Amino acid sequence: MTANLAALAYVSASVLFIMALRGLSSPETARMGNVYGIAGMVIAILTTLATPGVVSYAEILAALVIGGAIGTVIAQRIEMASMPQLVAAFHSLVGLAAVLVAAAAFYNPAAYGIADAAGALKFVSRIEMSLGTVIGAITFSGSIVAFAKLQGLVSGNPVVFPGQHLLNLFLGLVIVGMGVLFTMDAVPMWFWAMAVLAFLIGFLIIIPIGGADMPVVISMLNSYSGWAAAGIGFTLENTALIVTGALVGSSGAILSYIMCKAMNRSFFSVILGGFGGDAGPAAGPAAGEKPVKAGAAEDAAFIMRNAGKVIIVPGYGMAVAQAQHALRELGDLLKTEGVEVSYAVHPVAGRMPGHMNVLLAEASVPYDEVFELDAINSEFSTTDVAFVIGANDVTNPAARDDPGSPIYGMPILDVDKARTVLFVKRSLSPGYAGVDNALFYRDNTMMLFADAKKMCDDIVKALG
Amino acid sequence: MEATAVDPFVFRLAIFVLAIFVGYFVVWSVTPALHTPLMSVTNAISSVIIVGALIAAGPGGLELSKIFGLIAIGLAAVNIFGGFAVTQRMLGMYKKKERE
Repeated sequence: MTANLAALAYVSASVLFIMALRGLSSPETARMGNVYGIAGMVIAILTTLATPGVVSYAEILAALVIGGAIGTVIAQRIEMASMPQLVAAFHSLVGLAAVLVAAAAFYNPAAYGIADAAGALKFVSRIEMSLGTVIGAITFSGSIVAFAKLQGLVSGNPVVFPGQHLLNLFLGLVIVGMGVLFTMDAVPMWFWAMAVLAFLIGFLIIIPIGGADMPVVISMLNSYSGWAAAGIGFTLENTALIVTGALVGSSGAILSYIMCKAMNRSFFSVILGGFGGDAGPAAGPAAGEKPVKAGAAEDAAFIMRNAGKVIIVPGYGMAVAQAQHALRELGDLLKTEGVEVSYAVHPVAGRMPGHMNVLLAEASVPYDEVFELDAINSEFSTTDVAFVIGANDVTNPAARDDPGSPIYGMPILDVDKARTVLFVKRSLSPGYAGVDNALFYRDNTMMLFADAKKMCDDIVKALG
Repeated sequence: MEATAVDPFVFRLAIFVLAIFVGYFVVWSVTPALHTPLMSVTNAISSVIIVGALIAAGPGGLELSKIFGLIAIGLAAVNIFGGFAVTQRMLGMYKKKERE
């Protein structure tokens, strides 16, 4: 295949990738979009296989089959609640692949046509390669930390120590220095020193970030994996890689922005970390001293059966308890009783962007009954029952009304405007922000102390 | 200024900048309900880095760069197959309300 033909094929792959993302503007077009994405990938791979220098088909096929089989099996078996971990793990693979491809190009630049007259790596390519390698390495190790935190292999609490940010700053400067040295004199020592230090800093920048900030971290690493791919694309002078890297990089950046905005946090405050462990402080301020109204499943069933309109507000606690199927059953039973049921999803309700929507879809909740914050917030004032399950901070009125609150300014679901609030929770402990929720102590709130799944099952029994 | 040809690097930079803008507008049009599939599919397509791995693994013989290339193919393949498959699986779950 001639170089011009190959370049055109790479452009068509890029266009197909853009169409894959475009398809996601609605669930109806999304499946077709995924097919476009697959087609783009097939074109890119076949075009490369037809490159004159590529002859070792047996080994390539073996690597493809092994990797492809592992990927397919994982994709079929993964639980939807574990999607954030899976995506983090996949990001780490992209990062590592970027580092390996950079290393391969470094040791054999002639294969890519980027060698200078002496057979060493071209000057411009060295700069691009440094960028691709460093970002790839940070993506790799950062994603591993994110994976370990999400999977519960390590504590989700922020890991902080004195001088942390100074250390990171120092390491960052050393990495830049290594990049400069590598650009001046492309010897293996500088390449590997740069890569190893970047691996190290990847660990260090993610460990201080708490479990609750993971939606931002995952989006950010998504973005990094794109920029790493783009960096490698510049090195290898491949347009498909450059375009895809730019698409993925900007996609991840936008998602990070949306997540930060939904938590009213600045990107920098998330990155600097130290906020939002999984458990939160052990004792809430004066929790348990104020009177709360607690109820049983039968009370909840009675109240909801006699309601005209119920809005269900699921949060991460529901995902942890795997209560989505029981919850959908509850919703269906209410509908057969003539109750109008809808679901309200906060952007950071799960551990990654859109996580709650997938969990509800998995439980066969129709997507047109699930509403985003802006679409449903005005409905609460005309709602009889808000059924909050596994969510806390995203419903806390203090975020709206109390300028002194640490979460003030964060957009919330106005569940307090509903006539009755049913709050499923295991205890009165505060959410990850460590802020007490005034909602618990209101007259029109009934606390349902139980595990989310057990409570749903019990209400279903009481309704049936 | 002398009339010299534009450096190919500048062309690639132009493509890169335009692609960022395309990405920006396309991603803002993605419905929030599909943000998780968006992440899994961007993950799959960023594994187009496999093209670099294929070139490294292409030559006969067994050099260091070829070994790096083969490992990278394996890693990227996990992502490509896994990413597209899990996206397809998720998208298959999104159903509209059944209306009588």
